[in-house]
Amino acid sequence: MELTRRGFFKGIGAAFAATMAFEMTAAAPALAAEVSGDWKLVNTEERSNICCYCAGGCGSLCSVRDGELIHLEGDPDHPINKGGLCPKGAAMFQLRNVVDPKTREIIKNPDRRTKPMVRRPYSTEWEEISWEDAIKEIARKVKDTRDATFVEKEEVNGEMLTVNRCEGIASLGGSQENSEEEYLILKAMRAFGIVGIDNQARV
Amino acid sequence: MTSHWCDFQNTDYILHCGSNSSENHPISSKWLNKAHERGAKWIVVDPRYTRTAELADIYCPIRSGTDIAFYGGMYHYIFENLIEPNLADYLKTGKRCDVYNFEYLLNYTNATYILDPEFEFDPETGLFSGFDPENEVYSNHSWHYETEEEIPWTEEQYPWAYKDNVPKFKKPTFEKPKRSMDLSHPRCVYQQMKKHYSRYDLDTVCSICGMDKDNLELVYKTYCESAAPDKTGMILYALGQTQHTYGAQNTRAMSVMQLLLGNIGIPGGGVNALRGEPNVQGATDMGMMVNEHPAYLKWANTTDRKSLAAWLESQTYSAGYYSNKPKFIVSSLKEWFGKNATLENDFGYDWWPKVPSTVGAQDWTHISTFELMDQGVIKGYFNWGMNPCHSAPNAAHVRRSMANLDWLVVADQVETESAGFWHAPDMNPKEIATEVYFLPCALIYEKPGTILNSGRWLQWRYEAVAPYDEAKTDLWMVDQIFTAVRDLYEAEGGANPEPITKAKWDYYVNGEISFYPVTWALNGYRVKTSTFEGNGGKGFKANGLDESGNIHCQLTPGQWGDGRTVVGAEKKGSLSEGKVDLLPGYADLAADGSTACAMWIYSGYYNNSEYPLNPAEQPVGRRILNDEEHGGLGLNPEWAFSWPSNRRILYNRNASDVNGQPWNEAKKLNRWDAKAKKWEIVDVNDFVATKTEADGTVTQVAPDPKNPNSFFMLWEQRARLESYGMADGPFPEFFEPFESPMDRNILNGSLHNPVAFGMSGASKYDSAKLDAVTGEEHDLKDFPIVATTYSVTEHWQTGGQSRSCPALLEAMPTQFVEMSYELAEELGIQNNDDVKVSSRRASVVVKALVTRRFAPFMVDGKVQHQVGLTHHFGFTHEFGQGDVVNDLTPNVGDPNSFTPEYKAFMVKIEKAHEGGVH
Repeated sequence: MELTRRGFFKGIGAAFAATMAFEMTAAAPALAAEVSGDWKLVNTEERSNICCYCAGGCGSLCSVRDGELIHLEGDPDHPINKGGLCPKGAAMFQLRNVVDPKTREIIKNPDRRTKPMVRRPYSTEWEEISWEDAIKEIARKVKDTRDATFVEKEEVNGEMLTVNRCEGIASLGGSQENSEEEYLILKAMRAFGIVGIDNQARV
Repeated sequence: MTSHWCDFQNTDYILHCGSNSSENHPISSKWLNKAHERGAKWIVVDPRYTRTAELADIYCPIRSGTDIAFYGGMYHYIFENLIEPNLADYLKTGKRCDVYNFEYLLNYTNATYILDPEFEFDPETGLFSGFDPENEVYSNHSWHYETEEEIPWTEEQYPWAYKDNVPKFKKPTFEKPKRSMDLSHPRCVYQQMKKHYSRYDLDTVCSICGMDKDNLELVYKTYCESAAPDKTGMILYALGQTQHTYGAQNTRAMSVMQLLLGNIGIPGGGVNALRGEPNVQGATDMGMMVNEHPAYLKWANTTDRKSLAAWLESQTYSAGYYSNKPKFIVSSLKEWFGKNATLENDFGYDWWPKVPSTVGAQDWTHISTFELMDQGVIKGYFNWGMNPCHSAPNAAHVRRSMANLDWLVVADQVETESAGFWHAPDMNPKEIATEVYFLPCALIYEKPGTILNSGRWLQWRYEAVAPYDEAKTDLWMVDQIFTAVRDLYEAEGGANPEPITKAKWDYYVNGEISFYPVTWALNGYRVKTSTFEGNGGKGFKANGLDESGNIHCQLTPGQWGDGRTVVGAEKKGSLSEGKVDLLPGYADLAADGSTACAMWIYSGYYNNSEYPLNPAEQPVGRRILNDEEHGGLGLNPEWAFSWPSNRRILYNRNASDVNGQPWNEAKKLNRWDAKAKKWEIVDVNDFVATKTEADGTVTQVAPDPKNPNSFFMLWEQRARLESYGMADGPFPEFFEPFESPMDRNILNGSLHNPVAFGMSGASKYDSAKLDAVTGEEHDLKDFPIVATTYSVTEHWQTGGQSRSCPALLEAMPTQFVEMSYELAEELGIQNNDDVKVSSRRASVVVKALVTRRFAPFMVDGKVQHQVGLTHHFGFTHEFGQGDVVNDLTPNVGDPNSFTPEYKAFMVKIEKAHEGGVH
């Protein structure tokens, strides 16, 4: 798929000549092609989800067929948004899939990165790396940095205290994750001995 | 939020300060419009005529960074116009006053409490008593109450605390404060406040804030109508209030205003933070911050929390609900360390890292971490869905600091500016040694889990589709990293491995990391009857799960809007091996290690032990729409779960008078039925309504008019108009921002907050004053225009998500600096020109947007211009690039919250040369 920045804007200039709403509602002609009837939500299953932008907690409905997202809209039963979504919420479908302006086919959002990558020291490029190698290398770095910068005990006001602090590592973020993820991130980081831990709530 | 989104409809007066909700929380307008259509009056105070201002009845422009002058002026107005003219009559007759709620002030706040004789504020210096000039910190000793009696705890009163297996600690003593029930004592909080804010008259406030006097008076008069006992007003705020060198005092100032007006704990009232990240409420609850511990407890430190006993002694309140803190912390330790947590080893407390907390100790919060990278102290860094090279203040300085890292791990869905910092336009990759790992994450609808909104609702996200390609959940990633590090320590040894190897980490179902056992940990369980650490450490097993480890859940088919429910198709979600005995709620927690619970405030959200793998069978998964059966106030008690205890409006005892009768029948949250001797409960009571006797019988607790104890999360059980808990003073006092057009503070002798973070004491960051590229110190006088930042509805934060959506980029393809016609004319700038905006730290090139939404202010008799910038673009991404606007903002902040001052700084603006400049 060729989609340069200039080409992209040219593409959307033409394809979006109708409206943004067209893009939202007619997102699935390619995926819906085999389905009999002209309503795109035939034979879909619905799963409820919550919006990924502000902390309004608006409900969304994800319509799924054969393991692929066909449509996303506001949850009409949800007591906060009663089916409505704001411009960003209404565009959540595009985080995963967009329409290729050339072919009019639904494609994976080209801006999204879905494979682990590494940038080596002094390099000007990203390289692909397997999950296995990435985890192995990260674990080694965590251990080496922790071993080199760990403070197990220190004197505070004339008393020797166990402090178990790893000063060489910091961790940032958490407000984008679900709460179960937040707990395990926090638990892992604190277990390493990190005190430099913060998230979006700080700013 | 003390309230929740659907409660907006119940208000009589709406006040927006530092929030533009129509643009940034668009769906909330649905509820504000309902109130407005019902006749509520709507006021917007903002530097710019926003989309929210367009909907309001009164718009009052304010110079950025002067909010405390505005609030102080309102207190002054309340004292002069509502309290003083009516107080004598109320005290004499005891008759309810139509325009002011004296019962609330006298009984629900600490207005009557007498302060320490040494308490003082000196307008000449701008300092409260207790300032230590050497370390530039306050001692809060003189900000406490004068007390008259010491009442120690007894075993009869708190039997659980004296049981075997409960860690030993010195039990608290309740120090009974002295009160002045007629508010006449010169040292009572009310009199001290009246004196303190006597300087905040209308003319002074207008001169500082750049306001019109008649307009300001109209704002005060209108909003203060909410002081009538049957009316409520609500304050809505966002980052416009918190991102200042006195941001936490802004938040306190709003709370004090709401308390003076009797607006907290009642439908349509409250102090309502409109939070900006999808699960920032959850991350705050989780205590993912240096000094915080999950569920609003405090993390271990090197002074008052240096041991478990020290923690228990310094943190356990002498009265009120927080007398239960030992149960919360021991249950937290028990969840964290499992069988390794015993009475003998203080339940593992010393394995937790201790944050330095002596006076003058190194700070470890967000802004400081970049100084520590610059100094070579921090060598490795994790970014979990956060993008500091774009979002942190003085971002050019941040990128240079991060170039000192040995390694960086970024978990995200797109290449953020932080992942790609080494190829920023102002960086040379060939000089940067940092090894950067990018870990691709699942989208929100590609994984299950719990998320919280600003109204404290816990809601469940069902996985709709599997993650693309090799993208993974953050849960999976952190499990992989943690266990790989643990394996290395088990194989090789190294710096004290115990905090890692002794931690309980067994959140597996069928051998795979799973969200469900973590929900059980958050909710809490009984240790003996649950099999965590059972099954030889392999965790739990279940049949019939799909490839992602979930049971097959979907919404039942039906017509739109008919209240469909979620059903598990075949399996109900029970365990085939292992067992978990979930706690019904936090009332069942113990301090002896028999219960384990990571988040006491969430307890009850996921408590059905029969179907622990099925969120639809749990309180968090409820979808029952029966609001009309519960007063029609939008409480929606059977939709999802609200912490704590499914309470929808915090401090709801305050919705009724001292005898338990609602101020307004239409806003009833509870009522004491004197005939039946029973509480009628509309919203889950945030007060002691019943008592369980030793034999298990439950009796009703009648209201005690002398001791309504309506704020029972505080030891004095009355809300604090004055607070000894702040780092920078017991009353909010006005100071100019770090960068301000003023060379004096009109209200007191200190230009800046004397203990502002990054500007004083142990944390003075020169980098905030220096050019990030050249290191020069430019003269602040060369930057004459006040600036702030804000968002547009089409984009979100650093644009990581919104810039990857074509529809959103099409709708808002660029960022801009918005300015008045007057300023544009002075600078010779036309709409849509490329302009260079510079602060002392850096420059950016953006489009000029010339509008009538900004107008020059008259400040201290002089014309003062202000501009605003959007901040969503950056140098990575396939589409939608632009300069990083946070290169301009200063890395100084609030001494309580350590939040940076993004919302008031100084710039200069000039036309950019052809082709742009840097």
